[in-house]
Amino acid sequence: MIIIETQRLNFFYGNFHALKDITISISEKSITALIGPSGCGKSTFLKALNRMTDLIEGTKISGHILINRENVLDGKTDLVSLRKKVGMVFQRPNPFPLSVRENILFGPKIHQIVKPNEYESLIENSLRAVLLWNDLKDRLDANALKLSLEQQQRLCIARLLPVKPDVLLMDEPCSTLDPISTERIEELMRVLKENYTIIIVTHNMQQAARVSDDTGFMLLGELIEFGKTPNIFTNPRHQKTNDYVTGRFG
Amino acid sequence: MKPNPYRTERIAFTLLLISTVVIILPVFFIVFIIIQKGFSAISWEFLTSIPKMGMREGGIFPAIVGTLYLVLGTLIFALPLGVFSAIYLTEYAQDNLLTRLIKLAIINLAGVPSVVYGLFGLGIFVIFLKLGASILAGSLTLGVMVLPIIITTSKEALDSVPKSFREVSLSLGVSKWQTIRYSVLPHALPGILTGIILAISRAAGETAPILFTVAAFYLPKLPHSVFDQAMALPYHLYVISTQVPNVEVKIRYGTALVLMMIVLSLNLAAIILRSQFRKRKKW
Repeated sequence: MIIIETQRLNFFYGNFHALKDITISISEKSITALIGPSGCGKSTFLKALNRMTDLIEGTKISGHILINRENVLDGKTDLVSLRKKVGMVFQRPNPFPLSVRENILFGPKIHQIVKPNEYESLIENSLRAVLLWNDLKDRLDANALKLSLEQQQRLCIARLLPVKPDVLLMDEPCSTLDPISTERIEELMRVLKENYTIIIVTHNMQQAARVSDDTGFMLLGELIEFGKTPNIFTNPRHQKTNDYVTGRFG
Repeated sequence: MKPNPYRTERIAFTLLLISTVVIILPVFFIVFIIIQKGFSAISWEFLTSIPKMGMREGGIFPAIVGTLYLVLGTLIFALPLGVFSAIYLTEYAQDNLLTRLIKLAIINLAGVPSVVYGLFGLGIFVIFLKLGASILAGSLTLGVMVLPIIITTSKEALDSVPKSFREVSLSLGVSKWQTIRYSVLPHALPGILTGIILAISRAAGETAPILFTVAAFYLPKLPHSVFDQAMALPYHLYVISTQVPNVEVKIRYGTALVLMMIVLSLNLAAIILRSQFRKRKKW
């Protein structure tokens, strides 16, 4: 089942053409990796999907982004429900300077989607889903900034879950983590794939090869090639993809 | 000659230390002299009775009450208006030439001499809006005067909240206002309170803005409504220091001491509140 589809998506920062005619179909409950050199537009593409690009002034977007068959570039799109459905994990772990508990309850409290007597079980379920419960069950009132970077990033993922997203966008989620923490986050992604569609932007080609089902290679705002991850890495159709994945540039 | 790092270090340190001492000493002496000369005037009667004998005897109760009313009135007008417009300017207004001009104008307004605000208040509130010389007109005038302080400090406090807090919140499907309410304002509150502290001190201490808009030379009764005139400490101090002959020194310094203590205790309350909020701010 296709959950996200873009058709001829174009994006401009002022006069800079950041995304050129991106057409892509992403299937449900899979991990899609976007790779490419810095400035190729992969983060921009990710942020366009939940309209976080709206926060930047002087930008222009055209084309279609269909999520669950609804065009989210429609003027009528309700950004609140779009962003609830399409959650985002940022490059730097960015928990609020509040307790672990308050970080997880931040979304549900504002959206009033759970009753106060369900808070405790919600916290437990969210932390279990990111394999953090055993580490943190006695430290729920600790300030989230006291946790290790890896735990912070897991907490940031856990914070998304109570809002019940279908899609998790991850913008280089491991770039500030050491190799062992990176491996554990990748393991977590494989677990989360059971219930969520994950799109990950990464600089790390090994990571894309290890963790993803599909891979897209972007260059200078264009989607050069998109396909099954093993094909992209072992048998790319385009010369440029081949050059990039074999490390000839990038 | 090669610069000797040890000598330049000593010179720099001495210069910095002297500058600090030079600015601390006057403050220390002001406080010391006021307490030394004014403390003997402080008594229950001085604080709670009205001035008598052409203000040469009796107390300063109406002026204390007047000043408290004026501070309260100023905050009622300036606080919500200032904080809300700071939120608008930081969070909602687009960053264009007009916004930048407005921000520049607000910063410059903070430097306008207070007597100009006094004349402005006289023109607008007392005469044009026909409020007369009254607590209302005085509070509004003081409010206009402290608005730039509140807006500027609130804006800085809001700007210092990391952008990522807003991004995370919005990415969780939280609306813009909810984002401001729950993930920006709580973290900006300590800074906003700093602005309020400055505003209180300014409103309680200024003479010129209240001169034409509210302050009574001598009014031996308490105001009944916001449309009444009132005495106020800074103006009373000015009057008994320059306009009324033969006022005892200790009464003049006692009045100054009371004014200082009122400002200090109002500030102290705000500072305690601020430190409560600061405990939560850890990034």
